[in-house]
Amino acid sequence: MADILVMLALSPTMETGTITGWRVKEGDEISSGDVICDVETDKASMEYEATSGGTVLKILLDQGSKAAVGQPIAIVGEKDEDIADILNQAKSAQTQEKKQEPKENKPESQHKTAQDKPQPAQSVVSEPQSAGRIKASPLAKKIAEQMGIDLASVAGSGPGGRIVKQDLERVGTQGVQHPRSGLPELKDESIPVSGKRAVIAQRLSESKLSAPHYYLKISACVDNLVSAREELKKSAGINVSYNAFLMAFATQAISRHPMINSSWHGDTIKKHRSVDIGIAVALDDGLITPVVRNCAQKGIIAINTELTELIAKARRGTLTPEEYTGATFTISSLGAFGIEEFTAIINPPASTILAVGAMEKRPVADSDSSISVRTMMTMTLSCDHRIIDGAVGAAFMQDLKRTVEYPVQSLY
Amino acid sequence: MGDIKDLSKYDKKTLKKFMADMLLIRRFEEKCAQMYGLQKIGGFCHLYIGQEAVAVGSIGALDLKTDYVLTGYRDHAHALACGLSADSVMAELFGKETGCSRGKGGSMHLFDVEHNMLGGNGIVGGHIPVATGVAFKIRYNREKGVVLCFFGDGAIHQGAFHESLNMAKIWNLPILYICENNQYGMGTMYKRVSSVDDFSLMAASYGMQGKQIDGMDVLNVFDEVSATVNRIRNDNIPALLEIKTYRYKGHSMSDPAQYRTREELEEYKKLDPIVILKIDMMDNNLLTEDEFKEMDKQCKAKATESVTFAEQSAEPQESSLYEDVLV
Amino acid sequence: MPVIQYREALRQAIDEEMSRDERVFLMGEEVAQYNGAYKVSKGLYDKYSERRVIDTPITELGFTGIGIGAAMAGLRPIIEWMTFNFAILALDQVINNAAKMLYMSGGKLNIPVVFRGPNGPAEYLASQHSQALQTMFVHVPGLKVVAPATPYDAKGLLKSAIRDDNPVVFLEGELMYPWTGEVPAEEYLVPIGSADIKREGSDVSIITYSKPLKMVQEAAQALEQENISAEIVDLRSLRPLDEETIFKSVMKTNRAVIVDESWPVVSVASHVAYLISSRCFDYLDAPVELVTSQDVPMPYNHNLELAAQPSVDKIIKAVKKALYIQ
Repeated sequence: MADILVMLALSPTMETGTITGWRVKEGDEISSGDVICDVETDKASMEYEATSGGTVLKILLDQGSKAAVGQPIAIVGEKDEDIADILNQAKSAQTQEKKQEPKENKPESQHKTAQDKPQPAQSVVSEPQSAGRIKASPLAKKIAEQMGIDLASVAGSGPGGRIVKQDLERVGTQGVQHPRSGLPELKDESIPVSGKRAVIAQRLSESKLSAPHYYLKISACVDNLVSAREELKKSAGINVSYNAFLMAFATQAISRHPMINSSWHGDTIKKHRSVDIGIAVALDDGLITPVVRNCAQKGIIAINTELTELIAKARRGTLTPEEYTGATFTISSLGAFGIEEFTAIINPPASTILAVGAMEKRPVADSDSSISVRTMMTMTLSCDHRIIDGAVGAAFMQDLKRTVEYPVQSLY
Repeated sequence: MGDIKDLSKYDKKTLKKFMADMLLIRRFEEKCAQMYGLQKIGGFCHLYIGQEAVAVGSIGALDLKTDYVLTGYRDHAHALACGLSADSVMAELFGKETGCSRGKGGSMHLFDVEHNMLGGNGIVGGHIPVATGVAFKIRYNREKGVVLCFFGDGAIHQGAFHESLNMAKIWNLPILYICENNQYGMGTMYKRVSSVDDFSLMAASYGMQGKQIDGMDVLNVFDEVSATVNRIRNDNIPALLEIKTYRYKGHSMSDPAQYRTREELEEYKKLDPIVILKIDMMDNNLLTEDEFKEMDKQCKAKATESVTFAEQSAEPQESSLYEDVLV
Repeated sequence: MPVIQYREALRQAIDEEMSRDERVFLMGEEVAQYNGAYKVSKGLYDKYSERRVIDTPITELGFTGIGIGAAMAGLRPIIEWMTFNFAILALDQVINNAAKMLYMSGGKLNIPVVFRGPNGPAEYLASQHSQALQTMFVHVPGLKVVAPATPYDAKGLLKSAIRDDNPVVFLEGELMYPWTGEVPAEEYLVPIGSADIKREGSDVSIITYSKPLKMVQEAAQALEQENISAEIVDLRSLRPLDEETIFKSVMKTNRAVIVDESWPVVSVASHVAYLISSRCFDYLDAPVELVTSQDVPMPYNHNLELAAQPSVDKIIKAVKKALYIQ
């Protein structure tokens, strides 16, 4: 049984070899392992050892011929064996081999994509139903904090809805602040936004952005007010707060300037019948404005009693929504902190807010040009220009000043 | 050739089997060389051509129902001599699913558990303690078996060899250590790296019998191993044989074996184990040239068929990657 | 329930399994006539004779390989390494033969062997005799690796290891042998591959195994005084790793500290930290903290050797760091 001897890879990288010389001729007897020709590979000249023995029946490639790995180069078998069939086989292999450039023995699996590959089982842990845990990468969390973005409002594009940097870049409008270099980095603390804080933020932003604010400032002498309050304390034994006085005075002034007691509703302006005055109360976690309803129908004592109760409730956190919404006028006082004057943001639906500074002794030039020291208080009215024109607001403030300076007038 | 060797003590069937086994190994490995050259077989491929008498003669002395064989990485011959089919070995060399190790072992890791052939081990000398452990099991269970542990002249200097011989002796383990001295540990002539030329002397250090024998004559190997195995079986003592042989090829397919001369190789080829047995059998009228040609033809056909089988076999499923890591 | 020493728990496990299965035997240096360097095998030689309790020469590579061969041929050896420091000589046998045989034989040959002995730092033993080497074994597919910290777990896991059809590396600790704990009189098994919550908590998960467990428990008690509630996950098995228990705990507490007495570079601790960062990414409130030995060989001097290892203080500091305290 004759064998075809084929070109072998004589170096790991050899693809073709040149037969530089035959050491045997047709008819020679050879054994397996005998060197029968020399082959020049890509690297060196190598001896070609026969992989089977017998009589060399046919040399298929002449000296100097190139052969690809696998290409038949000779036929070995028994002397006088009929090699017609095997010769045909070898010749067809010759032509096939030529078509198959380059080598065809690359494993199929190389063409498969990584996803096709089976993976070992991974342990699966069901994620706990943690209430409200927002999935965001640490980087996204940091960026969100710097940009002031609430992660709860961002849709994540990562696995399982994880929020990543690009999700924030889509949302963010402000630039990212870069940390100052050269100074030790002080870690900022992130605290979650409470519901109350979120409402404050939303309402006041809306007010400031939608209502065109302007400010009217006036100072009033409160010497008479101070003594009136002392009188009341002495005669009736009641300690009426300055805020209650201010509410009563504002009510008086509003009754003469009813436009102050109105609100903006896009295509209508609502003039409120009832004078409902809110007062800003600071709490640990925000501020709230309890409202004394229908002040025009109430005397100073009644206002004071009601106001005291509402403030106590506000501090306890037991105000009902009816008690802190819908003020038509608001007073905010920071006098207790020594603030001389400030401007406040209108608390909708009101169209004004009165910011009251500290009562303090100031040198005042009197009408006779003499200087005297009086207790003064500066009030600033923030007005929504959509409703309250400058002159309307100014007239109100002038009236209020007079009322504050001459409290007895309120009796008229 | 001189005197005619008297083969009358051998059974004709045994002699023919030795011849058939050696021819199959030779033709099979020639195919391996060819397939390696065609890049169908990759990696390390260590051929046994020239050494056939050692595996065939030694394993021929065993009863593989009770006895065991372990060897190093030049293991095609031992696997075939133990009875593993040429198909499953070639398929393993091709890395196919039908290979004896499902395509995960390759040339160096052939196993035939059915015939007690326990590998096929890739670290030089690393299997010698393991083989000793198999002998420990035979002694522990008070069985009759013997372990043949094959290794080369390179492995004999490993600590694993010396530690194993010591314990085999103190526990009287039934194991025959066979150093197949094919003269080159990879590319290094054994005399250059050994304190002694005669490895059988090393047995003496462990109070064990050692003998150096010729490994080119399969019948000599068979006789010597049979006698030693019988002594081990009966007397409960381990032994060491150094079997002198020669490999015609390089250490592996990537070794052109330029550390030796072609003349040296040609000298050894005159002692070819197949030729020696053929002449002896023909001298004793136990084989004709035609019978020999017919046997050779059959072995060539088997080797060729094994290539067809391997080529037509499926690649392992990728899911098998994760199989058999643990039981 | 009886209170016994860790070494006694191991001895009971070996004894019970040897009497249950004739194929089980114990082999190692001085395990028989000397009754074991750490007296784990005390009395076993008298009970089972030299056939099944076998003294070896000092040849770790050799007798480890013999154990592998015996296991391959059908026995169930327990190979005792006098310490893991000497097992390094046997690494070729463990990695190339025990771990790979099943795979490279295409599933034909499994190796049911247990390699056991003391691992990890002890005291005053210097660099070559005081080191935690588990990483080298945990790295290798085809091995199982367990590291019990209590007598109860030691007994239950050793029995499971002996019955396992795979090679199991079983890590004990020289300083742990005298530790005591409750071990039931009746038979039980602890499955390989299952971690144990040694303490429930809500603020931080401290993940540990083997000897450092005691320190972690002390640290958790101290932290309790500061109103910090620590959960302790005792891995018990390092391969396979009970990932599910780790992840569940971290998803609950959102913070993780891993305490591992081996070196910090490519260790069990760093692997677990990777798993947590990958699988619990969205549940972490802080980076995972590691408490390991220092990246140095073990010194002889006592103060130095203590400084080289995890301590209760270091664990508390790491927990506070993970909790952003201070």
